[in-house]
Order: sequence, then structure tokens, then C-alpha cells
Amino acid sequence: MSGTGRANVLKSLALATTMLIAGAASALAGASEADFKAAYAAAEAANKQAASLRNQWTTTAAALAAAKKAAEAGDFDTAVASSQEAEALAKASIYQARSEKDAWKALEIH
Amino acid sequence: MASTIRVRATSSGETTEVQALIQHPMDSGYVKDAKGDLIPPHFIQQLTFEHDGKNVFLADWGPAVSKDPYVKFSFKGGKKGDDLKISWVDNKGAGDTTTAKIQ
Amino acid sequence: MSGEVNVRSAIHFASAALALAALSFGAMPFAVAADTPDPAADAKAFQKFFTEKFPKVKLDDFVNGPYSMNEDMHRQWEEKEQFPPYDFSLDLGKEMFAKPFKNGKSYADCFPNQGKGIRQNYPTFDEKEGKVVTLELALNRCREANGEAPFSYVKDEMAALTAYMAFTSRGKPFDIKIPNDPRALEAYENGKRYFYTRRGQLNFSCASCHVQNPGERIRAEVLAPALGILNAMPIYRSEWGGMGTISRRFTTCNSQIRGVPLEPQSDEYRDLEYYLSYVSNGLPVSGPGARP
Repeated sequence: MSGTGRANVLKSLALATTMLIAGAASALAGASEADFKAAYAAAEAANKQAASLRNQWTTTAAALAAAKKAAEAGDFDTAVASSQEAEALAKASIYQARSEKDAWKALEIH
Repeated sequence: MASTIRVRATSSGETTEVQALIQHPMDSGYVKDAKGDLIPPHFIQQLTFEHDGKNVFLADWGPAVSKDPYVKFSFKGGKKGDDLKISWVDNKGAGDTTTAKIQ
Repeated sequence: MSGEVNVRSAIHFASAALALAALSFGAMPFAVAADTPDPAADAKAFQKFFTEKFPKVKLDDFVNGPYSMNEDMHRQWEEKEQFPPYDFSLDLGKEMFAKPFKNGKSYADCFPNQGKGIRQNYPTFDEKEGKVVTLELALNRCREANGEAPFSYVKDEMAALTAYMAFTSRGKPFDIKIPNDPRALEAYENGKRYFYTRRGQLNFSCASCHVQNPGERIRAEVLAPALGILNAMPIYRSEWGGMGTISRRFTTCNSQIRGVPLEPQSDEYRDLEYYLSYVSNGLPVSGPGARP
């Protein structure tokens, strides 16, 4: 649906962010329950905001569920990582809702 | 209770064309319900079409056939006004029969 | 499990970033036309877009969705229509529609012309309420007004009822009206905006599939054109192994692109149905339908 030039830019952007999250995840070794609670609360808040914009993603909910499950099992490293993933997804969905307020017109048939 | 078998049989020349739609859940036994439990297998095992005392079509089915199966076939013989008897039996021992007139 | 999460989270974040990038690259400065919506002009442009894109397809045939896009599928579908899979639901709907409520009244009392041959007029804009009323909504309101519990919008009963009502209108052209009321125009515009707005993690709008890619495949399915896409509703979908309403289709479409679905018959969905139906005015009701 997009040109190959744009696809190439997106590919490098995707690679960059993949490296970023991999780096962030490894820095988390040794997370505590308090870390999890903070990360989860932040993710939930962002997801709530997405809900008010009527634009939540199913993957955000899945990440939150995974975070909770990991925390219940005592694996706070995973729980924090999942919470951060959820927060990132929620924030992306908020960004999507906001920019689509005008961007949708580009697709309209005239 | 309404019949589970809908059938249309038309004769032209030497051939009779038969179409049938059968209402049946045809559960394979591999699908889970909303709670996560397996839905037990419940499917038609045998389907027969009988004309003039003979089976013109006989199907031995298993769990691979989908819900509400549709069948279409032709057979030699049969003329307008003849009876066509359709029966099915499923793995629970239940069944249904109907007789239709060839048009 | 944790190893998997790290990889997954990387992919998810990447797709989120992809979405962001796509958005920033996709949003072009766009000279918006006059502020007053012109639905009639929109409908004309909408129909022109599809008839020009598919010159071999007759206007009325667009209501057959993927079958109008693929000859082999069309042939198989024609054969199947001789003994269609929605027959059982249709019979059930006819029975349900005729059965009176506990208070002695029936659906016929809630609708013009006893509820027969009116499907092509829905959705309507209710000027008293100031909102769009879809057929599904009207049916449940009828039930509640007569002391009956409402049906789920996504399950078999509602599908059976709307199947019957669609059947009594088969062949009649869609005739959706937008009264000269700013709230109606706003509802129409909301529906249009919903249709073109990207949503879900996969960042698709309805238009992404049904305007930009009709006739193309998404996984194993052939995409239907947006023109006439509601005319065959409700549909027996082989994928569902059963009958489904417009509400079911809207909500499942949302979750398929990884967007959390809204409540059935939310304002957004009502307005979306209003818009999509209006731009297909003139095309015949073909419901109930069958789809892969």
C-alpha cells in the first residue's frame, strides 16, 4: 500500500526501535514488585487515555494481561518488560487517534 | 419438529439431478467452546438417497464434513412424480428421514 | 516465556513505530474542500470510483462483494444460491417475526408496513432523538418497548430477524435519507470519518481494504468493494459457520486489525452504517447473503 522508498525508511526505523527495546529489556534485570506496579500503572493510565479516544489496541490488552500473569508468578523482569511494552502500544494508539483526526482525509474518495 | 432435510430433485430426460441441504451441527470433536472445553463430536455418519427400492447415493461421513452440509449429485433414471427417500443417521444414533417427489 | 516476550515486545514496539512512521509519512497537507458536507456529491463520487475501477462489473452486481470481483467464485456462489446456507436462519427469522410478544403485540406493530419490505430505508435519522437508528437497534427497541429482553447484536436471533426483514426487501434499492438537519449531516460525516480513519495496531481503516484493495487477497480471502457492502447483510459466513449481523461484522473487523471493538450499536457504528448505506443508495438489497 506504500511506495518502496517509504518502506525502506520504515524498515530502518523498525530496526532502530527493535535495537532500542532489546537494549532496554536487558537493562531491567533485577526488577522489583514496586518497579512492576509503577510500570503497570503507567501502562494502564495510557490505555485508559486510549479508551477515551475510542482507540484501544487488542495487543495492548494482551501485553497488560501478560504483565499481570508474570507478576503473579513472581517474574518481575518479564512483568516490567510487558508493562513497558503495553505502555508503548497504548501511547502509539493515542498518537494514532490524534494524527488520524486530520490524516483520514488523505484516503477520502472525491 | 421441522424437517432437517431440504431437497430438490429434477428429472430431465434420463437423468435426475438432486440437491439437498441438511441441518446438522457436524461437530468434529476438535473444537473448543468459549469456556475452553471440547465440544463433543456430533456428526452424520451415514446419508442415503433411495429411489425405487435402491440406494442411488450413499455417503459415509466423518468429522471432516462442515456444518449444514450441502449435497448435489445426479443419477440415471427417475422420472417426474417418483418418490425419493432421504435418510441420515449420526454418531449419537439420532436421525431424520424425508420423502420428496421428483419434479 | 520471558524469551518470547522480549522478541514479541520488540516486534510489537517495531510495529508501533512502523505505525507512527506510516502516520507521519502518510499525513500529507491536504486542501480540504468546502466545510459543508455534500452527501449527494460524495455518493456520486463513491459510485464513480468503483464503477471506473471495475468497468466490467454492473452497478447492481457490486452488492455481491467478493463474488463480483472473481469469476470462479461467482460461479460457485451462483450454484450455492440455489440452496443457500442461510435458508435455516431465514426460516427461523420468519417464525420469530410472526410470533407475538408476551403482551400480545408483535414486531409488525413497531414498523411501517407491518415491517415487511422496509429494510432498504434503514438506517434512518431519528429527528426526535437526534441520532441514527439502525434496523438492529429498532428491533431491540421494539422488544424492550413491549416488555421483552433485547437480543445480543452479534448472535443468531438478531441475525435471523434481520435476515427475514432483508428478504422481504430483496431487490429494492437502498433509499437512505439524510434530512435537512445539521445533526443528521454530522452523523453522516462522523460515519465517513470513521470509515477512512486508520485504527488498530495494524493501522488499517475500512478504506484500506475496501477502497484501496477490493478484489485483492488478504491472506486467503478476496476483499469486497465498499460499494454495496452492506446490501447483502446479514450474511451466512462459512468462516463463522453461521449467520452474522452488521454489528458482528463491524466488531470482528475491528478486532482483526487489532483494535478493541466498541460496543455494538455505539454511535460510531451507527454513524458508519449510515454513511456506508447512504453512499450505496440505488443499489439493491440482496440480503440475506452468503459469504466465504
